[in-house]
Amino acid sequence: MSASTFGSGIRRREDPRLITGTATYTDDIVLPGMLHAAMLRSPFAHARIRNIDTSAAAEAPGVVAVYIGADTDGEIGPAPCAWLLPDSGLTIADYHCIAKDTARYVGDIVAVVVAESIHQTYDALDLIDVDYDMLDAVVEPKQSAAEGAPQLHAEIEGNQAFHWTVTGGGDITEAFESADVVVKETIVQQRLIPNAMEPRAALASYTKATGELTLWNTTQNPHIVRFLVSLVAGIPEDRLRVIAPEVGGGFGSKIAVYPADFITVFCSKKLGVPVKWVETRSENYQATTHGRDHVQEIELAATSDGKIVGLRATVWAGMGAYLSTAAPGIPTILHGLMLSGVYDIPAIHEDVYGLYTNTTPVEAYRGAGRPEATFMVERLVDLLATKLGMDPAEVRRRNFIPKFDDGHDVVTGLTYDSGDYDGALTKLLGEAGYDQLRAEQAEARKEGRYIGVGLSTYVEICGLGPSQVAGAIGFQGGLWESAIVRFHPSGKVNVMIGASPHGQGEETTFAQIIAGELGVSPDDVKVIHGDTENTPMGWGTYGSRTTAVGGAALALAARKIRDKAMVIAAHLLEAAVEDMEYEDGKFFVKGSPESSKTIQDIALMANVAWNMPEGVEAGLEATTFYDPPNFVFPYGAHLAKVEVDAETGSVTLQRYVAVDDCGPQINPVIVEGQVHGGIVQGIGQALWEEGVYDEDGQLLTGTMLDYAIPRADGLPDIEVHSTVTPSPHHPLGVKGIGEAGTIASTAAVYNAVIDALQPLGVSSVRMPLTPERVWRSIQAAEEDN
Amino acid sequence: MFAPQFDYYRASSVAEAAALLAEHPEAKVLAGGHSLIPLLKLRLAAPSALVDIGRIDSLRSILEESGTIEIGALTTHAELASSELLRSRATALAEAAGMIGDPAVRNRGTIGGNVAHADPASDLPAVLACLGAEFRVTGGDGDRSVRASDFFEGLMSTAIGEGEILTSIGVPTVDSACGSAYAKFAHPASRYAVIGAAAALVVDEDGSCTCASVTLGGLVPAPVRATAVEEALVGTRLDAAAIASASGLTGEALDTDDVLGDVYASAEYRRSVAQVWVQRALSSAAARCG
Ligand SMILES: Cc1cc2nc3c(=O)[nH]c(=O)nc-3n(C[C@H](O)[C@H](O)[C@H](O)COP(=O)(O)OP(=O)(O)OC[C@H]3O[C@@H](n4cnc5c(N)ncnc54)[C@H](O)[C@@H]3O)c2cc1C
Repeated sequence: MSASTFGSGIRRREDPRLITGTATYTDDIVLPGMLHAAMLRSPFAHARIRNIDTSAAAEAPGVVAVYIGADTDGEIGPAPCAWLLPDSGLTIADYHCIAKDTARYVGDIVAVVVAESIHQTYDALDLIDVDYDMLDAVVEPKQSAAEGAPQLHAEIEGNQAFHWTVTGGGDITEAFESADVVVKETIVQQRLIPNAMEPRAALASYTKATGELTLWNTTQNPHIVRFLVSLVAGIPEDRLRVIAPEVGGGFGSKIAVYPADFITVFCSKKLGVPVKWVETRSENYQATTHGRDHVQEIELAATSDGKIVGLRATVWAGMGAYLSTAAPGIPTILHGLMLSGVYDIPAIHEDVYGLYTNTTPVEAYRGAGRPEATFMVERLVDLLATKLGMDPAEVRRRNFIPKFDDGHDVVTGLTYDSGDYDGALTKLLGEAGYDQLRAEQAEARKEGRYIGVGLSTYVEICGLGPSQVAGAIGFQGGLWESAIVRFHPSGKVNVMIGASPHGQGEETTFAQIIAGELGVSPDDVKVIHGDTENTPMGWGTYGSRTTAVGGAALALAARKIRDKAMVIAAHLLEAAVEDMEYEDGKFFVKGSPESSKTIQDIALMANVAWNMPEGVEAGLEATTFYDPPNFVFPYGAHLAKVEVDAETGSVTLQRYVAVDDCGPQINPVIVEGQVHGGIVQGIGQALWEEGVYDEDGQLLTGTMLDYAIPRADGLPDIEVHSTVTPSPHHPLGVKGIGEAGTIASTAAVYNAVIDALQPLGVSSVRMPLTPERVWRSIQAAEEDN
Repeated sequence: MFAPQFDYYRASSVAEAAALLAEHPEAKVLAGGHSLIPLLKLRLAAPSALVDIGRIDSLRSILEESGTIEIGALTTHAELASSELLRSRATALAEAAGMIGDPAVRNRGTIGGNVAHADPASDLPAVLACLGAEFRVTGGDGDRSVRASDFFEGLMSTAIGEGEILTSIGVPTVDSACGSAYAKFAHPASRYAVIGAAAALVVDEDGSCTCASVTLGGLVPAPVRATAVEEALVGTRLDAAAIASASGLTGEALDTDDVLGDVYASAEYRRSVAQVWVQRALSSAAARCG
């Protein structure tokens, strides 16, 4: 197999075990003497805990232990928030793993039962008697900021977790005052509930004799889990092994280290036996982190010929009752810094208020901050087009950042790496047949049918990121990645990475990187990840960073191998290194490719070391810790076509066309899969998904009967296209593609629906665009006319 | 999602099931389990015992006998949907069964369990009411037959008494001058009916409507006949205009206080748009006459 494997759509090697049910997830692991834990969670959103009577539960069949908050004093600390947003007045409420005196959301843990069987734990939970004193709750972020709102944490005034601002470019007030036109909108980025196929789980096994603990955990970042568990549970990091076995999806919800994880560790340590906890789907809805939850008041200033002169926004971001591990960075760094989008915007100002509410903590959710930013910008641009009577594509073109291939500064302080935004839009409009779509729309309108076409042109920030920047923005960790490439005597290769793929396909694409760099067959490369005991330190898989950062580490490690192999080959061929050449897995003297040494020849020689060049170590292995010089900035242009049935308000998505640019594609089939999944998740926000709390903080969409995730039968074939603009700073030129679809698609679908409804006078509908909401907007617009 | 403890009995005949129920008054019948098991797992129900009738093969059949199609209580939704007999002679029933949930639910869920559970959002109650089905019940005080109008008593409640088992459902057969259809506004998450409309029409040789039956489900606690719509159709030629104007009377069947609403679709909205589904069901049913 040759280097051409890089870039070919070979099948995902992960799939056979996944689709035959032979993958091993945390819940599949059974240890001798293992006990089961179940969490008692508060049924109330805000309540003082007067008393907890666990005596009946403790007596129940099979029960080994029942613990409440006080039992954990001095044993486990609060679940930490690890993104300490600077210059924002950040206040961190103690997130006790087991609530001590107050429960602050439906799902807050108040006790844990450990028993011999899983059924016994749940039977015993029913026997715990908690005496609650109900308190008023607040669930909406803007209401939480209001005077007189119920207060969640005594020490935190006004429920405010932080107030963060971004200001860049010219004077914003001046920009708005001198503008010809201003468009405004209020947008609710509703709360979304991630639905990974595999619920969260933890299995902790503590050995008293050695003080060692192994934790199997559904996580996107086992090394971070090890670090935080060592801090919270007081187990030295060298005695702690964290394993992320097969992890069935995360989408951001498996970044955080949760109270239940720490509690499971605590129980195992306390009892000296393995303890397993697996959440139920109901717990998944209640207590695994949610996403989004912004109220955004936004406005855009422009000249009468459609040139944007300023963008201003105030955002109230609901954080939930406590700050989850990475939460503060999501609605700020990953959101506010992206407000220039693909446009040249000379002045930007945003205030973001992070508010505690009596709801499940939020975290990163696929796109994490960028969908909320893209939506704001793309909505405003469409509103501007409508106001000026211009085509939305034309308004975009007038404001695009011109093509650049090595850095472009935007006023929020970021330097985009490379992009050709007009190129992506032009390709999109061609592939979609934009002019015909507009003609079809005009025809349909004559017949009283409502067809809409929506655009979304986006750029996103991923490949998080240089570690120096991580430090500057308060991220309590590094953001580099690592890779070890190890050649065995037989020429087979193991790759050990610090990142932790959980469905994205890097076991395949990383083998393709090695194949591309070293000319081995990808079948001869096994990628190992997810176990802190046999992988180098790494910061995990999120923020579309595994290929963008970890892939770079891997490519550089492979190149180290190539350099060493070259020296050995030169020695074996009795030539000077300068006279050597490498091609497709073979090393030879320039001009004499017929007598060459293969990489496998070199691997054998390096491992047996019978005849090594002077001063060269045995073995063929290389390690790289790669800290990227900048983020990467994938981009693209998406189009959605919908038809709205005005009689019922129901929306049919008829076409979806995407052009994405993530640089060179290691495996176009996997890229297409990521694009498909991403797009569908964003469509879910536009059309179906919403985590709804009533005013008492009860979750009304707490099951799969109520919370609508996208299904294939509601979706058209997704038409995927791409352009290729390499990142100037990545060794392979690649950018991330895991979240791009989600970042683009919500706005595309939303814009299409509003475009469809334009003749009816509707300019705004709250998401998700359920039939009733659309129908009511139509009714309201009719009343206004 | 772990059910509380219960005893489990598997019955091999209807008589045995009836005896077990008599012996264990707190027990519940288990058929396909697709309504009951979720209730147990959510700990919303805690019967002391389950009497599994799932393997009584005599309750799984679709047979035509003297003007009636007799459907065994254990017939699955998938079997209903694929039955040639039902597709030609009780089209609405096959059509509705094919719209239930997803393939897994249709392969396990049964017609008997569906109507015994009488979830207002279920599809089959409205269709069976529309088609004038009769429900055969045994156990307790012996065998009896209950008409649809008496069977569905209200929200999740039926005429099946304590200790009784539903054995089969009789649906009157129709000839080719009749057409029936079901139209459904499915909830995007559960796929249950937000609004379900069933229509059955009979036409004479000239194509004019002699009999119309229209029933609504999903938005009401138990199936409701839209009599004003039915009356308006009789005597018309079932053209688009006649169907549209009759459908416009849908609201008359819907007592405002009874209409159900939830976080996804309010009562007001459902009531306002129900006529669209009535119109769709009528259009399909009309097209199937003759
Ligand atoms: C994900 C999902 C989606 C669904 N979507 C739909 C949908 O779109 N439309 C729809 O109509 N339904 C839907 N259902 C419900 C499905 O049709 C169920 O199968 C059905 O409602 C119950 O049938 P069952 O055989 O599973 O009954 P079970 O769950 O076994 O029993 C239900 C109840 O009926 C009683 N019972 C069962 N059989 C008898 C009998 N012969 N005599 C007396 N009592 C009896 C039981 O004691 C129990 O109380 C859905 C279910 C699920 C899980």
